[in-house]
Amino acid sequence: MKKSFTLLAAAAIAAGAAGAAQADLVVPNLSYRTGPFAAGGIPYADGFQDYFTLLNERDGGIGGEKVLTPECETAYNTEKGVECYEATKGQGALVYNPLSTGITYQLIPKMQADGITLYTPGYGRTSAANGKVFEWVFNYPANYWDAASVAVKYLLDENGGSLEGKKIALLYHNSAYGKEPIRTLEELSEKHGFELSMLPIDSPGQEQKSQWLQVRREKPDFVVFYGWGVMNSVAIQEAANIRFPMENFIGIWWSGSENDVIPAGAGANGYKSLTMHGVGSDYPVYADLKQYVHDAGKAAGDGSNVGTVLYSRGMYAAMVIAEAIRKAQELAGTSAVNAAQVRDGFEALEITEARMEELGLPDFGQPFAASCEDHGGPGMARIQQWDANERKWTLISDWIAPDDEVLTPLVMEDSAAYAKEAGLTERCN
Amino acid sequence: MLPDQLLFAMEVTLNGLMAGVMYALVALGFVLIFKASGIFNYAQGVLALFAALTLVGLQNGQIPFAHLINATFGTKLHHFGWTLPSVVAIALTALVMVGLAYLIERLVLKHLVNQEPIILFMATIGLAYFLEGLGDVMWGADIKKLDVGLPQGISESIESVTDAWFGYGFFIDKLDVVAALVAAALVAALTLFSQYTKYGRALRAVADDHQAALSVGISLRFVWVLVWSIAGFVALIAGIMWGTKSGVQFSLSLIALKALPVLMLGGFTSIPGAIVGGLIIGMGEKLFEFFAGPLIGGATENWFAYVLALLFLVFRPQGLFGERIIERV
Repeated sequence: MKKSFTLLAAAAIAAGAAGAAQADLVVPNLSYRTGPFAAGGIPYADGFQDYFTLLNERDGGIGGEKVLTPECETAYNTEKGVECYEATKGQGALVYNPLSTGITYQLIPKMQADGITLYTPGYGRTSAANGKVFEWVFNYPANYWDAASVAVKYLLDENGGSLEGKKIALLYHNSAYGKEPIRTLEELSEKHGFELSMLPIDSPGQEQKSQWLQVRREKPDFVVFYGWGVMNSVAIQEAANIRFPMENFIGIWWSGSENDVIPAGAGANGYKSLTMHGVGSDYPVYADLKQYVHDAGKAAGDGSNVGTVLYSRGMYAAMVIAEAIRKAQELAGTSAVNAAQVRDGFEALEITEARMEELGLPDFGQPFAASCEDHGGPGMARIQQWDANERKWTLISDWIAPDDEVLTPLVMEDSAAYAKEAGLTERCN
Repeated sequence: MLPDQLLFAMEVTLNGLMAGVMYALVALGFVLIFKASGIFNYAQGVLALFAALTLVGLQNGQIPFAHLINATFGTKLHHFGWTLPSVVAIALTALVMVGLAYLIERLVLKHLVNQEPIILFMATIGLAYFLEGLGDVMWGADIKKLDVGLPQGISESIESVTDAWFGYGFFIDKLDVVAALVAAALVAALTLFSQYTKYGRALRAVADDHQAALSVGISLRFVWVLVWSIAGFVALIAGIMWGTKSGVQFSLSLIALKALPVLMLGGFTSIPGAIVGGLIIGMGEKLFEFFAGPLIGGATENWFAYVLALLFLVFRPQGLFGERIIERV
């Protein structure tokens, strides 16, 4: 009995060692497939996972090293997210992308101490764009404040370059995430002379009658929306109910997926949202995903999400991480990179349009080049509009750059406050 | 002509009352089970979610457990290829809820007879997690549109009438009007059932005194199946209303949080209390948001409902319509 136990233990250790050798690149997938926010978490997690599966199946991994993506369920709960981090970091984790601003805020100091990269594209702590303070955090290609600024710039373009005397209401998720753009919009309202009003909605946001009655009474010219989960579809339905002109209702990229508009049916027609990447599945990479992942029965989901906004965003995040790892391998001269080398890869990463074409994603995302100082990227976004008849998003603008004249001082101010609080000294000098 | 602020307050009041009816629909399910068995059913919100998921799944011909089947056998099943008329799908879902009530009695409650209320409460917490997981595995976690033909959007007739009267057209959602009518019909039907039918009387007898009801030959187990079936049906109605409003997705189970202050205010044992409590909470939170929200930053509704309920508790711990608490020493 004792002998057989020893043999079993030896076999288990050998199997573990073999497993680690076959999967040297560990990118944990902190996802949420259950709970109130699962409808958004599932397609994102599928896209994220499927892209790494594609690299493993088609290319044999990155630089010959297979990528392992151990999945951990956070249910969009901050405490569970931190538990997931603690449970997976010992597996040799190189980088995390938790898809939650709440989890991100908790992980920033931990990951700084542990020396692991936190990648938060389009979410998280905006001022992490300042690499001088946030050594281990990257949030390119765009962040929350960029989004607010891009929305205002788009409205400026639509209104002949002036928003003087116009009324803009910010309808937002009453949380750290939803409150992020307030300061930016206040600055922009001073600069451009529009009147700004605030309409917070408590999570989850199934009941929004008060806010929409206020919109009906005060008749803002435009509503800018920072929502997530069920809050999005309810807001779009309520806007349709009060007959608010949909073309004047603009959501951030987290309020612009199919999940948000389909429940409102025809009422959602014309709703606009920002996007930091292309729409649909008309990109060469999808043919590869079909051949190597979905048709091969290796997909994370049932395939019904392929080409949807959040699937594409998860895939895009995985693509950037893969490119950063590739860069790290190039810099380190080895394929089996460690967490510190991957951070260096993130900081030296440059993604050009030519590279996007090589990756099968032409004109999908904005080109960018990171640096020691710049972990935030150019912050550009495009506007997409929902066609309820065709049930699809259409891009209606080119890339719009944010107003860095307003945003840069805000980023510097917030990151300096964090540096003081955390006792950090600026780097890159 | 009335001043604008007064007109707006009237509009807010009406919408608050309508929202209150939606809360009351959820609260009713809690009341039914608590009244008949003394169990605070933590799973009531999840029952509404499960009912709505089942309804949409049946209506759209979705194959239950398709993800599990596909993952196990490598198949690519998802739909049967047919759709069911709403009435048929609702009837079938009601049957599923009756079956669920039977299973809950057989597998959970039967084994917990004579246990402390806190044990039964804990069992319903377990039930809530189980049903949420079951709903996910059966029907998937993606957001689903529920369309059983209920009207939605601004009621033009109310808008034009109020416009003619006051010079300002009120916004009332047609779905809220339907919900109010359905709630009224539901309360009337439940009252008639409990007053004038044999099973209704049995239910009241069990609610009054378990031991006495057993001594005259009433089957406690049958009554529990009956009351969980009715609560399941009420959950289905609530699921239809809330599912139509916000789509069927997993935050639907959180509507139970809106029902709690209603129960604290109206009393855990009174059906009219659930309705009146809902109306007071709905109207109170909307008016507070209207008057005080702009001064203190808004988003007051979630916490104000509980503050209002707590204020009532201070003066009337059993709620407005709850049974008087008499402790004899």
